[in-house]
Parts: sequence; C-alpha cells; structure tokens
Amino acid sequence: MLRYFLKRLLSLALSLVAASIVIFLALEVVPGDPAAYMLGLNAQEDTLNALREQLGLNGTVLERYLSWAGGLLTGDFGISYTYRTPVSEMIGDRMWVSLPLALYALTLSTLIAFPAGIWAASRRGSYVDAGVMGVTQLGVAIPNFWFAMLMVLIFAINLRWFSAGGFAGWDAGFWAGMKSLTLPAIALALPQASILTRVMRSSLLDTLNEDFIRTARAKGLNKAQAMWRHALRNALIPVLTIMGLQFSFLLAGAIIIENVFFLPGLGRLVFQAISARDLIVVESVVMLLVFAVIVVNFAVDLAYALVDPRLRGRR
Amino acid sequence: MSLFLYSRTLLPGAFLTLLFAGAALLSLVWVPYDPTVLDIANKIKSPSWAHPFGTDQFGRDILSMIMVGARTSIAVALVAVGIGMLVGVPLGLAAAARKGGLLDEVIMRMNDLVFAFPSLLIAVMITAVFGASALNAIIAIGIFNIPVFARLTRGTALSLWSRDYIMAARVAGKGPARISLEHILPNVANLLIVQGTIQFSLGILAEAGLSYVGLGAQPPTASWGRMLADSQTMISFAPHLALFPGLAILLTVLGLNLLGDGLRDILDPKLRRVRA
Repeated sequence: MLRYFLKRLLSLALSLVAASIVIFLALEVVPGDPAAYMLGLNAQEDTLNALREQLGLNGTVLERYLSWAGGLLTGDFGISYTYRTPVSEMIGDRMWVSLPLALYALTLSTLIAFPAGIWAASRRGSYVDAGVMGVTQLGVAIPNFWFAMLMVLIFAINLRWFSAGGFAGWDAGFWAGMKSLTLPAIALALPQASILTRVMRSSLLDTLNEDFIRTARAKGLNKAQAMWRHALRNALIPVLTIMGLQFSFLLAGAIIIENVFFLPGLGRLVFQAISARDLIVVESVVMLLVFAVIVVNFAVDLAYALVDPRLRGRR
Repeated sequence: MSLFLYSRTLLPGAFLTLLFAGAALLSLVWVPYDPTVLDIANKIKSPSWAHPFGTDQFGRDILSMIMVGARTSIAVALVAVGIGMLVGVPLGLAAAARKGGLLDEVIMRMNDLVFAFPSLLIAVMITAVFGASALNAIIAIGIFNIPVFARLTRGTALSLWSRDYIMAARVAGKGPARISLEHILPNVANLLIVQGTIQFSLGILAEAGLSYVGLGAQPPTASWGRMLADSQTMISFAPHLALFPGLAILLTVLGLNLLGDGLRDILDPKLRRVRA
C-alpha cells in the first residue's frame, strides 16, 4: 500500500510540474510588458525597471518560472497588474464563493443521482426506469446556462422566491449566502446529476448480474436485501470515479454559471482579468483549478485502493 | 430500414440531427430574412406568421439567426471532432503498437495532462493569449478531444493486438504500421464513429457555452450561445428571445446523443444484450 501511495504521489508531483510549465509557457508568449501597462506611457526607464524587478519580470525564462512556481508553493501568487493587490488575496476572497458553490452542486447531484439511479435499476425495464432515463437524457443535453436563465425567469422574476443574481455574502448569514447559491447550484448540478444517475444505474445493473448476487439470492435474501447488502457497495467504484471527474467539471463549469448569476467567484475573476489583460491573475486561477482537478483525482485513486485491494497491484 | 428496429433511439436521433444539419445547409442558399439586416420598426416582436420565432432587439428574424447559428455550431463542433480524431487516433494506434514502450508512456502521460485541463480552462487560456474567436474555440475544443480519441483507440487496439489474425499478419511479414492501418483501424472504426457522435454533441454544448461568455464566435457571426447572452437582459419582457436558441441547442445535442446511442446499439452487438 505504501509503495502504491508513493508511486501515485510521484506521478501527482510530475503532473503538477508539467501543468505549471504548460501554463507558464502559454502565457509567456503574450506580447507586451506588464510594467509598462501599469505605469502608463510616460513612465521613466528607471521606474519601469524598478517595477519589473519588484514584479519579478527581469531575468531569464527559467529564473522567472522558478520564482513563479516557488511563489505558488508558498502561497505567494504575485501582484495583480490591474488591482495592485496580491493575487492570493483576490483568489482567497473569490474562493469563498466558488468552492461552496461546487460543493453545494456536488451534494445536490449526489442526493438526486443515488436514489434515482437505484430506483431505476431496481425497476429495470419498467416505466419508472424509462422515465428516469428519459429525464437524464434531457438533463445531459440541456445547456446548463440556459437552464439557469429559465430558472431565473420562473423563480426569480415571476415567483420572486430568489434574487436574479448577485451574492448576499456570508456576512449576511449562512442561509442568506446559501440562498443566493441555490439556483446556481441547481443549474450546475443538473447535467452532473443526470450523468451520475446513468452511471449509478448501469453500474448497479452490471453488479446485479454477478455470481455473488445469485449466491446471495440463493441463500435466501430477497431482491432488496441483495441490492442493499451486496450490490450497492460493489457498484460504487465507477460512481466514485465519475464523481471525482465531475468535481473538476463543477469547478470549471462554475466559470459560466457564475457569469449567469453575477456571482463574485473565480469565474468572474478570470473574465475580468482577461478583459483587463491581467495575465498573472488568469495564470494563477487556471493553475489553481488544474491543481484542484489533479489533487481530487489523486484522492479518488487512493480512495479506490482503500475500497478495493485488487486495484493496488495495478499501475 | 430494419436497422431502425434494433434501436428505439436511432430514428428520433437521426431525425433531429438531420433537421439541424438540413437547416444549416439550407441557410447557405436561403433564409427567411437576412439575419444581418436591422429592422428597428419590427424590434422584439413575439412569434407570428411573418416571424415564426419572433424578432430580436434589432428587428432581426430569430428563425433566420438560428438557421445561420446552426452553421456556426455544427462547423465548430465538427472541425473540433476532426482535430481530435486526426491527431488522437494515430497517437492511440502508435501507443498500442509499441505498448509499454517510451512512446506509449509519453503519449499516455501527455493525455493525462490534457485531461487535467477542463476544455473551458483551455479555452480561457487560449483566449487570454490570442483573443476570442471561433477559430480559437475550435482549437480549445479540439485539443480536449485529442486524448479522448487517443485513449479509446489505444484501449481497443490493445485488445486487438493479441488476436490470432494479427499474429497471422505478423507472420506474413507485415510491420506494425501496416497492421495498424490495415487490421486495427478498421476494427476500431465503429467505436470511433459512436464516440465521434458523442464528442460532436459535447462540442456543440461547449461552443454554446464559450460564445455565451464571449469567448467563441464574434459578431457579426450568428451563434446560439451569443443569442442567449444577448437575450439575458430582456428575458423578463421578451422570453422568446431566450427560448428558441436554447431549444435549438437542446434539441441538437439531444438528437446527436440519441443517434450515438442508436449507432452503438447497431455497431456494437455485445452491448445490445445489456441495454435491452
């Protein structure tokens, strides 16, 4: 187990280094001098130089990469070119919107998908099954930002249950904050819940065909008992994989949904940074999201190995 | 027609797909109204006989814009799938032919790396560097498609390499490249078609999302995502502006997914039993 863990940890570290190099080089080719952009056209050469020094823009590509990557490790993301505040502070603030939103959506998606998938699988071939599958087919196909707009029209504009956008802030209280995240979380969760329901159903159906289920039935368990005691636990492995992958889609998908609801999260930050050519902010947010994706998938890999000893031997 | 009996989803899927592909093709030669001509006197009209889907804030005909927008969506998604296949399939074939070798390792690690970047993030980076355009949206979605096809091809090809007929071909003196092309590729093709349909539908959703946030096709190119973005501020008094482009995306993606499911039922008989 330790060997497996160390091997995975090494590959995690390599992925992170590779990703940071790709991101750094991609934004390296952008023309223009941030120092000149910050100080304006009339800046003196020595002030420009001093600012470049302060921003860490002097030196070779390698030196700049190392200082950027080293900064990432210590939580120092540099200074925003437009806001002149540390990028880590900006990201920290926005994180309190984006992360709860992604977790809220993941929770909703799981709460919908597990019962729906189990229900459909246990009534395989019935109208319930066909109905659940039909709804998930729609849920996968609907653009979630459009679904979000329709929800705003119905629940915010017509029924006035929710506000049409904006974030109340956690200072206004936990429930006020959650309320402003509810419609966005539902919009984000819908396609993911649909995919997860389908995975849950097909994984359960596969498991129900296994010999050990027949054995369980043969020793006298009824269908429901066999399902709950034996099938469900074995069916969870593919479901866990998909949930791990979905977390990254939720974080990235939030980029679009935050724009529908004008939520001050990482997604809005990225778009503001793109239009202001504030590349260090773009670089940092992208790196942070990729970091989250890689680490979550690493955690899922480890979770399997804990759940299923057979997988430890594999690569 | 007996093919349609195998799958309940094939017929509706093919119908919806052909409907939107047909609308896109028709828009090349004919649209009800020129979608670039402004007609302020007729702005924000609800659906009527003259304008079945109504008009937008500049008096442009929504139906015409949706027909032209279909062209953008389909073109972007189709080229992105093409990039994914043209790059991904050869990589997958090469990786499988040299299983466990350095080439295999390098290709698979690069795939893992691309998978760590959700397509939206790739798009964000490309836009930050090169600016927003339909071309950059194609590249972003295309890059994301490469590992999908590379993995699928490698996985399937690996299971084929141990077959007897491949051994026979090797004994006959064929090299790995020739075997990959003549024996492996034709047997992977079915799966590629099915996966291609699914990636096509994902590409349409991705293109819509990118244009919605302004990272996709730029004006005056009509695009479903941007129509939705433009309609957002007017949704309280003109919901039809948001309704029709959204329905167009939903139905196109639904059609492609149903078509993909149907094709899988037909092309992969092993799955027929499980899904029945």
